[in-house]
Formats: sequence, C-alpha cells, structure tokens
Amino acid sequence: MSKRAPPDPLEYLRRWQMQAWLAAVAIFLYAPLIALMAFSFNDSRRNIVWKGFTLKYYDKLFNDSALLEAFGNSLTIAAVSTVLSLILGASAALVLWRFRFPGKTALDGALALPIVVPEICMGVAMLVFFARVMPWPQGLAWPLNLGAIIIAHVSFSFPFVAVVVRARMASFNREMEEAARDLGAGEFRTIRDVILPHMAPSLVAGALLAFTLSLDDFVITFFTAGPDTVTFPVKVYSMVRFSVTPEVNAASTVLIVLTVLLTAAALKLQGDPAATAGHGAGDAK
Amino acid sequence: MSKPIITFENVTKRFGKLAAVDNVSLTVEEGEFFALLGPSGCGKTTLLRMLAGFETPTEGRILIDGQDISNVPPNKRPVNMVFQSYAVFPHMTVADNVAYGLVVDKVGKAERDRRVEEALELVQLGGYGGRKPDQLSGGQRQRVALARALVKRPRVLLLDEPLSALDAKLREQMRTELCTLQEKVGITFIMVTHDQDEALALATRCAVMSKGLLQQVASPNDLYEFPNSRFVADFIGSVNLFEGVLAVDEPSHAVIRSPDLPVDIFLDHGVTGARGGTVWAAIRPEKIELHKKEGDTPPNLGDCPQGTNAIAGVIKHEAYLGGSSTYEVEIAGGRRIKVQRSNLTRWDQEDFKLGETVWLCWHACSPAVLLS
Repeated sequence: MSKRAPPDPLEYLRRWQMQAWLAAVAIFLYAPLIALMAFSFNDSRRNIVWKGFTLKYYDKLFNDSALLEAFGNSLTIAAVSTVLSLILGASAALVLWRFRFPGKTALDGALALPIVVPEICMGVAMLVFFARVMPWPQGLAWPLNLGAIIIAHVSFSFPFVAVVVRARMASFNREMEEAARDLGAGEFRTIRDVILPHMAPSLVAGALLAFTLSLDDFVITFFTAGPDTVTFPVKVYSMVRFSVTPEVNAASTVLIVLTVLLTAAALKLQGDPAATAGHGAGDAK
Repeated sequence: MSKPIITFENVTKRFGKLAAVDNVSLTVEEGEFFALLGPSGCGKTTLLRMLAGFETPTEGRILIDGQDISNVPPNKRPVNMVFQSYAVFPHMTVADNVAYGLVVDKVGKAERDRRVEEALELVQLGGYGGRKPDQLSGGQRQRVALARALVKRPRVLLLDEPLSALDAKLREQMRTELCTLQEKVGITFIMVTHDQDEALALATRCAVMSKGLLQQVASPNDLYEFPNSRFVADFIGSVNLFEGVLAVDEPSHAVIRSPDLPVDIFLDHGVTGARGGTVWAAIRPEKIELHKKEGDTPPNLGDCPQGTNAIAGVIKHEAYLGGSSTYEVEIAGGRRIKVQRSNLTRWDQEDFKLGETVWLCWHACSPAVLLS
C-alpha cells in the first residue's frame, strides 16, 4: 500500500483534530434532529423504544382539524407578511442605496434593530402594543383576525429583506442606470428595465427568508396570538405540554422539511450568478 | 465641416465650493473627433457628463445645434454615450442591448431588427446577437456598447475613457477601428481620456484641461509642437524646460539666457508678447541630437552661431526601448537633460553608453518659447 502524502498546509480537513471536531459538531447539531424525524415513524405511543415503522401519525396529523387550521393560519400569515415585508424592505433598501439625506445613518441603524433585539423583548413589546396602544379589533372574520400577528411578523422580517436587497444593490453599477437614461428611458422605465432585474434574485431570496422566518416563529407569535388565532408552532407547543407523542414528531418533521427546503432555495438564489444573469431576460421585447 | 454642433458658453460646475469645471467656453464642430484630455480630477469627465445630461451646469449654457439643452433630461438629448465600464445590460442578449434605445423610442419591430443588425455589422459583431454579455470578451462588450449608442444615430457620440480597460495590443487595434468607424458613420465623437497618446492618435482636435480650466484647444500636432504653457508642454509628452530671460529679441532671431545652462539658447525667430519677464524654453527630448565627443569643438548644426545650442555632458542614465533609447545627460552645473535617440542602425547605440561624455545640440527652430 502506497503511503499518502502528508497534508498540505491548507488541507485542514485531512488533519485528525479537525475531523474529530467536525464529527462532534455534526453529532450535536444533527443527531437530535435525525432522531426526532426517525421517531415520527415509530409505532409506539411512548416515544422511547423503537417498535416498528408506521405512517399512522402522519395520517393522524393530516386528519387533526385543529392542527390543520393552525397550519392554514401559519401559511396565510407567512404569505401576507412576506408580501408586505418585500414591499417595505425593498423600498427601504432602495431609499438607503439611492439617496443621501440627514438621519440616514440613524435610519440604517434603526433598520437593523429588529434583527438584533431579543425575540422575547419584541414579543412582550408587541403584546403591550396591541393590548394598550393600538388594540387589534376582536372577533373579526378570518383572515382579518390574523392582522396583529401579521403586523408583528412584518416588523421583524422586513429588515431581513432590506439587508439582503441592499447587499445586492451594492454591486449595482450606476453606469447601467445612466446608460438606460442615456438611451432614452425615463426614471420609471429605468427602474423597471435595469434596476429591478438586478434586484430580482435578492427579492426572491428575501421573500423566502421572510416566509421561513414567519412560518416557524414561535416567541413573538405566542405573545400576539389569541385563542382563535393559533399558528402551527404555537399549536405544536401546546401539544407538547401534554406529552411528546410521535404526532408532535411528525408535525415537527413537516416543519423542518419545509423550512430547510425554503432556506436552501433562498441560499441558492442568493449565491448563484447564473440565476442573477437569467432574470428578466428579454425584458426589452 | 465647420458648422458648430456643440457650444459651451462660460460653463461652470461647482460641487460644494470646489469648481470642477471653471468658466469653460468651447466649440466643437460637426464631424470632429474631439478629445478632452487632462490628468484625473481636471474636470473633463464632468464636462462630458454635463453634455450627456447627468450633471447640470451651475453657471453658463450648453448648446447643441444652437438649442440650449442645459435643463433637458438625459433621455431627451440627441447624444449617446459609451461608458467607461461599457454598462452593457447583463440580463439582456447582445441584440436586446442594442435594441434597447430603439424599443424605448417605440421604433417598429421590422425597422428595429434591421437597424440592430446593421449596427452589429458595423462593429463587427454580426451573428453575436443571441449571446449574453457574460459570453463576450471585454473588447466585444465595448463593441456592444458602441453599437448600442450608434444605433440611435445620435448627433454626437460621447466616449468616456474608451480604451483604458483594454490590453495594449487590443488598444492599438481599437484606436484604428474607432477612427475608421467615425469616418464611416460621420458622427461627431467626443472622447474623454487621461492618456495623451490616445488623444494624439485619435483626435482631430484636443482640449487640454487642468483644475477645471481649459488650458489649450488645438490639433494634436499643434499641442505637441506649439504648447501655450508649461503645463501643456509637460503634460503632452516629455520635455526639457529651461527658465531664463530674453537677452536678445529681434524680429529675425532671439537669444534666451538661462542660469541652468552654460550656453545661450538661440532661436531663429523673434518672440512676441514677452515684455522682458521670465520665459521658458521647452525642448523635446527627440529634438536634441547626441554626438560622440571627439575633441573640444562643439558640433554646429549650421543654423545657429558658435557657442549656442551645444553643450557637453555625461550620460548618467540610459533606457533602451528597442526602437529608440532615452538618456539622461548631466551637464556642467548638475542639470540633467532628457534626450531621445532613434536606434537607426543595429550598432550605433554602442557609442552612447553609461558614463560616456557626449555633445548635446539642437536646431535653432527646436525650442518652443513659453510665457507662462
């Protein structure tokens, strides 16, 4: 057997210390998740010993009307708050990118605040806000009764959209804008034909980010939700309070898979230059 | 050929307190290839951007075909620009890029397609219409930018540092092509550049700018041989400047006496407007001849009196450039003089090596006299 060459200075992954570290990270990070997913297929009420494979908890899950309603609420809130976050976030990013005005630095900082403020503080603040300052009317028909939660979700997810869009705009060549103007396009047309196509990947990434953030938010939702406006994570939490049944595992698995897929899509669109180049092709036609 | 197409009337542009362009008046005539030349920060780009409509003059007026366009937005001006970064739209194909200006102008599809094809043929990109900009080289992207601007048939084409991003070989080639292109389309070109070679090679007329002020407007030949100031003489090419006073000033000849030189500089023409103050003699390095020193009699080029326009010196620095060599020759008093010499045969540079003592001499018509 030929001996392998010793690792090069930058081949960190071929050193055993590094490999051990990576293994430890993988175990502590992913083993619980994998166990949780595996046990959602466990044929036993007690979630401790493996008794055999079953899909019955998924079946039960999809027949649980309360859980389905919560899931529907979550999707509605996520969809609406994503659209609103997108509009607010993209506009904020455009203003900060395009103009110089007094208080710009302050606005920039304030924009990052919802990202860094602890969620629990945001939750309490929202609770106080909707209880004292601006109570959301009770007893409205669905989906208007979700208004308070949607506002709360928009307030913590639009800064993420703004950050992503702004990062994208930093790479925009101002001469492109001038070129469009020079070739005869008005201000509005320039935004549509040149700036928006450049921004597009960040809008998609920002939307997916806002959607996932809203979908799996628990803390802030918990403080703003009423008895008839339960979301999926809040519902799962209430199920856990009785016992951790495989049904909870199944519900969590669904949420994890959904979140991972959306995040992966967001990252892909953010980082893939081909996706960037492809957007808005043939706009001139 | 002599119809003015663009007129700057006392145009000033201030950014805060700084005057980027300071009271510039300039006329560009139809069919010219005009170059705005100057070091970075001299205001040449600001002048071009005011013409394109991206900046508005603080004072003064800009006329195109006699119409004041100072407050016309960029999309309504009969000028088009080739940007320094080319600014080709990355999400559109080459054909869509070129067609963009026509689409915005609502030109019908049949005519649009015909004109796009024509424009692409013009810049030798026929058949590239379906490609995306990221499949093109830098030089090809520039051609797309050219076609995109020319397809709109502007009155004036503006070029912002058109050759700065290309490598040396390609730059040479694009120079020739830009000239040919301009002759073919007959559109007035205005180019901004900091590269004097580029301006001299391409332009029919150049404006040299410095610190927002127009220094001189002249043909490349006049700029080089008849600069009007030390700044222009020094900025265009390389030069030896000798400060001195006019010792003799007759209509037929003049003599400049400089403390830097042990001999007088003899001129075969009189100097107008000197009024007895300081003058400068500017002598280009290639206009100084090198002679091997054999004996103490200085060489005489036949058009100046004995004891003028010839000095002995020692070669202190030598740069062999292939076609020519440049030397720095130290004369008595320590002043170094730049000399350029064509390598006319394959051996004659052997005579001029580091440390050799040589004669420097020049014709009576070679120095240019500068009053500022």
